[in-house]
Amino acid sequence: MEQVNVKIFAEPDTQISLEDAIPVFHRWIQKRDLPELLIDVTDYSHVIAGPGVLLIGHEANYSLDNGRNELGVLYNRKAKVEGDSLKQAYEAALNAAQRLEQEQEFQGKLKFRHDEVEVTLNDRMLHPNTEEGWAAVRGEIEAFLDGLFEAGRYSVQRPTDPRERLWVRARRTN
Amino acid sequence: MKASNSQWKDHLVGKIEPGLASEIDAFDSEIALKKQGKMEDKVFAETRLRRGAYGQRYDNGQRHDGLESRRLAYANPNTKGPTTLWDAPGMQRIKIPFGGLNATQLEVMAELAEEYSDGIAHVTTRQDVQLHFIHIEDTPTIMRRLAAVGITTREACGNTVRNVTSCPLSGVCRDQAFDVTPYAKATAYFLLGHPDTQDFGRKFKVAFSGCGDNPCALVRIHDLGCVAKIKDGKRGFEVYVGGGLGTVPYVAKLYTEFLPQEELLPLAQAMSRVFARLGEKKNRNTARMKFLVVKLGLEEFKRLVEEERKILTPDPRWTSFLDGIENQQETPLRDPGLLQIENAQPEDFRAWRETNVYPQRQAGYATVTVALPLGDLTADQLRALADIARKYVNETIRTTVEQNIVLRWVSEIDLPSVYSELKAVGLHLAGAGTITDTVACPGTDTCKLGISSSRGLAGELRMHMAENGAAGNDAIRNLRIKVSGCFNSCGQHHIADLGFYGVSRNKGGFAAPHFQVVLGGQWTENAGSYGLAIGAVPSKRVPEAADRILARYTKERTEGESFQAFIRRIGKAECKKMLEDLMVMPLHSEDTSLYSDWHDPREYTTGDMGIGECAGEVVSPLEFQMTASEREVFEAQLAFEAGDLPKASKLAYDSMARAATAMLVWNKSFYINSPDGVVEAFRKEFHDTQLFFDPFAGGKFAHYYFHAHELLGQERTAESAHRLIEEAQLFIEACHSCVGRMTAVPVKG
Repeated sequence: MEQVNVKIFAEPDTQISLEDAIPVFHRWIQKRDLPELLIDVTDYSHVIAGPGVLLIGHEANYSLDNGRNELGVLYNRKAKVEGDSLKQAYEAALNAAQRLEQEQEFQGKLKFRHDEVEVTLNDRMLHPNTEEGWAAVRGEIEAFLDGLFEAGRYSVQRPTDPRERLWVRARRTN
Repeated sequence: MKASNSQWKDHLVGKIEPGLASEIDAFDSEIALKKQGKMEDKVFAETRLRRGAYGQRYDNGQRHDGLESRRLAYANPNTKGPTTLWDAPGMQRIKIPFGGLNATQLEVMAELAEEYSDGIAHVTTRQDVQLHFIHIEDTPTIMRRLAAVGITTREACGNTVRNVTSCPLSGVCRDQAFDVTPYAKATAYFLLGHPDTQDFGRKFKVAFSGCGDNPCALVRIHDLGCVAKIKDGKRGFEVYVGGGLGTVPYVAKLYTEFLPQEELLPLAQAMSRVFARLGEKKNRNTARMKFLVVKLGLEEFKRLVEEERKILTPDPRWTSFLDGIENQQETPLRDPGLLQIENAQPEDFRAWRETNVYPQRQAGYATVTVALPLGDLTADQLRALADIARKYVNETIRTTVEQNIVLRWVSEIDLPSVYSELKAVGLHLAGAGTITDTVACPGTDTCKLGISSSRGLAGELRMHMAENGAAGNDAIRNLRIKVSGCFNSCGQHHIADLGFYGVSRNKGGFAAPHFQVVLGGQWTENAGSYGLAIGAVPSKRVPEAADRILARYTKERTEGESFQAFIRRIGKAECKKMLEDLMVMPLHSEDTSLYSDWHDPREYTTGDMGIGECAGEVVSPLEFQMTASEREVFEAQLAFEAGDLPKASKLAYDSMARAATAMLVWNKSFYINSPDGVVEAFRKEFHDTQLFFDPFAGGKFAHYYFHAHELLGQERTAESAHRLIEEAQLFIEACHSCVGRMTAVPVKG
């Protein structure tokens, strides 16, 4: 799979200012301790249900995302990955989530959930949002989710609007 | 770069108009040639610009991260233009002639924003759409996917005919002479790729307005502006030429009071030929048509255009679009209906209706403005808007020069439902066309030329005005705020009631972001006159500056007095007095908060500059003299305001000479008294060495000074005196920038 995006969601009713991510992401650029070449920070906190604040990188973007009014950390892989691209994207998103929780701006205010994840394949040509498109990647995605939540212990949601990208949202069930 | 690019090429074969397809194929080949090192940077840069693929900030591979300037370590050393790295993200501008879009086109833009950009489509002040953070190798696919739904990015940038803009209300406007939409469309596609428009020294902008009074199309800031007019029952246009904002704004001049509609395209063609033949080619800073019109004089320009018109080979396209044009009109999807204003309606709906709904000339229909904060909307919002446009109107969608989108032909009875569906996706913001509907160019967010954060400031002012209840204050609610990140005016600050443009100032060796406050610009009458700068305020203090000006206007305006009239009455000296204390910068050691910009905590720099080692000791005398030169240029404005043109001209010149002298003293301890001597030394020490050259504008600002010196003592018209003052202000700004560059520390790896 290519162009894998992974979003990890924040706890519901989290009260933070998206703008607080701006200095955090600038610090991440200064420290240069993420694997990607980090370029700049861009702020869309003024857009309702938008992409929030993005840390633009060459190989991938990180963002404190508010798409569909659901706060989360989003890892948007742009460059090709050698090996398991889904695992790579998930680990990068998880790493970003853990870092954000530790940042002074968010300490005690921002917690990410580990019972739900959204995977988006950001290329409609390679991964069309159709039954065929889903069938082509289903095995790989389910294997990943089985590892994350245990087989049979999660529910899956897929887009109802065919214009959207192929995405899968999985939530652990009890 | 996407692995799917080649698949898209195959997938879209036969789905793109052949001319556009071969044009994009050619660009694909040029990319391949450039990658093989078989194309010069300069040539490739112009070729990609002509396809709308623009550079973006930091694409030279250098960025100040708040601690130091560092190289962005792209592995690929290739370039896509002089000092522009191949892998550095860029911007794709998408031309939208007259702002017209349909639902499918919105959906494709949503896809592109998601797959290639940052999830946002940005509406510009010239009705274009821009996508940012694009890889150059993805641009042909983006172009193909757009071309498959009838959109071309061809000639969106570069020295070409840019997007032909038009009043977004044309056809439904209550004040129009007639609908200019088909004329704008015909002009856009007639000039697109036309052999006579391929050899310009600079860009060429065209706009159409349905009436002369409303500002929706801003024809008077364009190279060619056409206002609909009916004479003796025949359609035609009042034509303006040679307008433009840019560093020094020019109000377009009346070319003819009436041009018959049949002559519209021939005139545009003849004008293009004259511009291509006689326009400046070497010095891009004087290459816009406004300079040619001034250089030749309007009458000579007209004579040349008319001569050219006579020898044009007739082209059937000149008139073929006119067949049945008077009966062309969009059709509504739903029956008209009237919606009474009722107290039972929710307050938020009523507030939205008051500012965002325009009753059309066609009874029972309204045009709805979807207010976009800073011109931004998401992919999800684009799709939702497409759904709404299919459900309630016949996909009659337009972008606007105020960075919004309008839906035309909404049956009034549907307004509550449309509002509700917009609200569901966060597109229900009220205040369209009011003081909270701030406009901004990209500025330092993504533009290579940005000096201060225009989007940061505009966003802050938008929130600030909303929180202060400015929209509820009848005196100020309809004023316009426009912000540019630099002197180039992409945010159209010259024609705002409150305009701001980004500048920098140095204090004790530290740079701080500022905005020049520009008051008295005229938004109405198609941007009929421009404002003048009254002084630079630190970025973070601009909201307070705006509050003071607005409070004073609210309190002291006389009945019916417009903001422009008020500013004229109290005078610029009084305006400056209101803000003077805000202009005084604390030292960096006293307060660092003013040394960073809005929504960007990094220590502010210009062009990734740092602090000179000796700056603290030697800058102070310079600062003193620069302050004095700013005072002089301000006094020049006051003299101009009082109608004393000789005094205004002298003061403007003196301010330049003082700044030049200060630079010479600072740099080489030259003390020269004679005006000729200062010019000569400045030319030698700063111009010929290129020390004074702006990274993008080159030696333009030095030439303002040299030119003013050449004309010293000559009588000036009001227009040329006004321009001299503008040029003096810019020369002084360039001196500040030059000091910043010369005190920079080297970039670290």
